[in-house]
Parts: sequence; C-alpha cells; structure tokens
Amino acid sequence: MSALDDRPLLVAEGLTKHYGQHIGCADVSLDIHEGEVVAVVGESGSGKSTLLGLLSTQLLPSAGSVRYLMRDGEERELLSLSEAERRFLLRTDWGFVHQDARLGLRMGVSAGGNVGERLMAVGWRHYGRIRAEAEHWLDRVEIARSRIDDRPDTFSGGMRQRLQIAKNMVTRPRLIFMDEPTGGLDVSVQARLLDLIRGFVSDYGLAAVIVTHDLAVARLLSHRIVVMRHGRVIETGLTDQVLDDPREPYTQLLVASILQA
Amino acid sequence: MSDAAVYNFAYLDEQTKRMIRRALLKAVAIPGYQVPFASREMPMPYGWGTGGVQVTAAVLGADDTLKVIDQGADDTTNAVSIRKFFERTAGVATTTHTSDATVIQTRHRIPETPLREGQILVYQVPIPEPLRFLEPRETETRRQHALEDYGLMHVKLYEDIARHGHIATTYAYPVKVDGRYLMDPSPTPKFDNPKMDMCPALQLFGAGREKRIYALPPYTRVVSLDFEDHPFEPTKFDRGCALCGAEGIYLDEVVTDDCGGRMFVCSDTDFCESRRTPPRAAAPGLNEVPR
Repeated sequence: MSALDDRPLLVAEGLTKHYGQHIGCADVSLDIHEGEVVAVVGESGSGKSTLLGLLSTQLLPSAGSVRYLMRDGEERELLSLSEAERRFLLRTDWGFVHQDARLGLRMGVSAGGNVGERLMAVGWRHYGRIRAEAEHWLDRVEIARSRIDDRPDTFSGGMRQRLQIAKNMVTRPRLIFMDEPTGGLDVSVQARLLDLIRGFVSDYGLAAVIVTHDLAVARLLSHRIVVMRHGRVIETGLTDQVLDDPREPYTQLLVASILQA
Repeated sequence: MSDAAVYNFAYLDEQTKRMIRRALLKAVAIPGYQVPFASREMPMPYGWGTGGVQVTAAVLGADDTLKVIDQGADDTTNAVSIRKFFERTAGVATTTHTSDATVIQTRHRIPETPLREGQILVYQVPIPEPLRFLEPRETETRRQHALEDYGLMHVKLYEDIARHGHIATTYAYPVKVDGRYLMDPSPTPKFDNPKMDMCPALQLFGAGREKRIYALPPYTRVVSLDFEDHPFEPTKFDRGCALCGAEGIYLDEVVTDDCGGRMFVCSDTDFCESRRTPPRAAAPGLNEVPR
C-alpha cells in the first residue's frame, strides 16, 4: 500500500440523498486512499448503489460534498466541476464497471472499438496505435486477440465483464467504481474475474469502490469494508476485522447468513 | 402570373421567412452549428427537400436566378418539380447553368463547375445529426456538440477500418467545421467534401423533418475526419465520362440494357452538356450522343 501518509484520493462528507420522502442514503462520510479497495456491502435497498452514484457524480446529492485529488495534485470539489471536466475525469482518471455489461459497453461496436473509444475521446488519431493498445489490453484481460473485431453481444457474460474492465483500464485510471461486477456469473468465472481485478489493483495501484452483496467477494478483494443498512453506514473497518468479529447485530446476521459450501 | 398573385412571393408568408432568416443568420454566425427552426408543412412529403425548399424560399429575391439539381441532374423529378414550384410561386428566372445561377438548391451533389462569390448553395438534408446512428438520444448529442465531445465519430471510422480495411464511408462523410463543430455534409458523396473547404459561395443546409438549419459561410475551413495512418481520400474513378470524356469528376453508372450493358457518365448533367456543346448553342439531349 503506497502513500498512506498522503492525502486521500477521494473524501466524501455527509452525503445524503432523498428520493422524495424516502431516504436513498443519509449522512455518509468516506475516505478512499490511493491503491485502496473499499467494499460497500448490505442487502438490496440498503443504499449501496445510491452511494456509488453519488461518489461517481452520476447522482446529485441532497446534501454533502465529494472532494477528489486530481492528477495535478489539486483537490477539487466534484460538484463544482464543469460538465466537460466531469466527463473528462470520468473517462480518464476514473472507471465504472456495471453489473449489466450492456450499460458499460457498446454492444454494436467491436471489442477493439470499445477498448479504443476512450483513447479516441482523448484525442488518439492513429489507427495502428489504437489497435495495438486494444490488443495489449485484451491480452491483459485474457480475451483472445482473434476476438478483437467481434462484437460484445457474441461474448459470454464473463468475457463481457473482462472487456468492460479493459475498456476502463486503457486510460490507466486511478479510481474505479464497480457495481456488483461478479453478479450473475458462475463461481469459476467469478474467481477468474476477481483474480484479474486483484492483479490490476496491485500492478497499477488502482483504488476501487466495489458495491456487492457477496461478502466472499468483499473478503477477497477489499482492504476496508463499509456495511450499510437503511441508507446509513452502520459499521466500517478493516475487512478481516469486520467479517471475523462483527460488532453490529445486523453485520453479525449478514456474516452468519453466508452459506457454507 | 395569376398564380403569383394567389401565393405570397416564394410560397411562405413573410413572418415565416423572417423566422427562417433569423435561424440562417445564427447558423452563419456559428458555422456548422445546428440551429433549430420552426419548420413548416410544405406541399411535398418529408424527404423530398422540405428543408431545402424553405431555406431557398427565405433567401430568394425577385432578381435571383435559380438552379435546382437532384444527384447532379437538372432533369430528374425532384429537381424539375422544385424548379417549377418556384417558377410558379416566386416567378424567378431559372437556369440549368451553374455559372448563371445565383441560388442553387441541391440534393446530394455539389456542381463540378467551381462556385464563386455571391452564389448560394442550398442543401437538402435528411438527417442533420452526424452522431445520430451512434447515439440515438438528441439530449446526449446536443451535449456532445456543446462539449466538443466527438470521440464517438472516430469509433465509427475505426469500425470501418476494422471491418473493411479502409474507411468505407463514401457519402455523408463527417467533417469538422472551422476547427469546432462536427457536421454532416448531407448525403453528398465524399468526392464532394474537398469542394466544401474554403468555398467562395455561401452554403446553407436545411432539414425540414428534423427542423434544423446549419451553414458554412464563404471561405470556411472544412476538414474531413480521418486517422493519421488512414488519411481521408476522395473517391477516384479509373475512367472518364463516356459522353464528354471529362476526367476527375463524379460519375454515375447508367444501365443501358438488360444484358449487362452499362456506361459511366457525368453525374452533373449541366457540366457534361456544356462540354459537349459550343458555348450557349442549343443543347442536344442525351439521346443524340452515340454510345
């Protein structure tokens, strides 16, 4: 873990989101450091995805703030960024892996085109170099180079998720948001995907926020864990500590609910 | 001219023409930007040039000379009927000679004879949004234009090369206008793209169904998108026109019988005819020329 003494990459303070009368999430504060993986766990409807949307500026908070340490070392309030700056951040320094690959990929565009899209968006205009970079990242996520011109709708679920990761990694982001990245995959495919993500985290010092309801995924990937219930953070700490010795009754219930294989 | 007494000059009422002129002024001020306008119902179906006709009606004056072409030809249905429409409703002079015209309405071609200052070229545009087939949401494409977020267009060109080995887009080839706005040059062949660049004439684009107007002021920089290692190349033909022998112009393939006979002739009929006749003599028809 590098740069623990540095300023955190992302600081959320008092994040609150109301959906009319309902609370999406309430008064959530969170720090994410460089190279750190934070898992957000909780049952359906506990506010995990709302929190992810707020952190990644895809949702506007009712109250609270998110600050981010830009690549130039300047700390910026994300809500004050212009739309152009926000978009640039989203596709260069950040990544977003959706549970449903359809949301993260262009299903009608070849795998190479999908991986190359971010590069072209930031001004790459050399076909050969874009393609070489796409091949490199397909190798990294273990997709055969021969599939580079195939469309993702011909890919299996696991391949689509790996392609999503390649598409995000191509600009070497520092922070990646993942919403149930292993949802709907069978266990062997899950294991390969988790292995891949772990590799990227250690190789590139990637920080990640992973929303999952699967405590096994959280244990395998994350350094820190945030347990949510009814839109509030009820427990937070080092992953091993929280999962081995949960304090809150609800966390105890979650941990006790894991099926033993 | 009893018809002209029934219709207002050039069919549209004056308030409508003012509205269109305001949109045109804005379009000229922001080259390549799509200006929304309150497109009217016209006495012709969408897809037949309702946008072009409204623009022409708004810029036409009593002393203008109008030329109308459809795929380069003066004598096809669309060209003939629009020309007659303005003969009846505006009583303006019409011509088939590019150099005599002050206003030229076109469907999908730019005349071979170079345009000059003072001329206006009016394009009929079916789909003004170059990103439309890649991004179906208008809210999103407008935002992309606002933020100059055009990476997606290169994704399409990338796909072309990946699939065909070269950029296979041959018409409606996307261009960047004055270093800022991405623009659809309407479905003109990419052969005509270089003619748009630094053109001395004013170029106006009207899309009736989509209710958009955009423009290229004279001498505007128009660059066709490409990759460094796959540069833009206009279509080249390996032969000349079978009728007038001209080379380096855009050719149409004409099927001459049902046994596979075909010939390639100028798409620009005025250009072809003027090369085959002494200046200003009576023009012969196509059928007088032996195959």
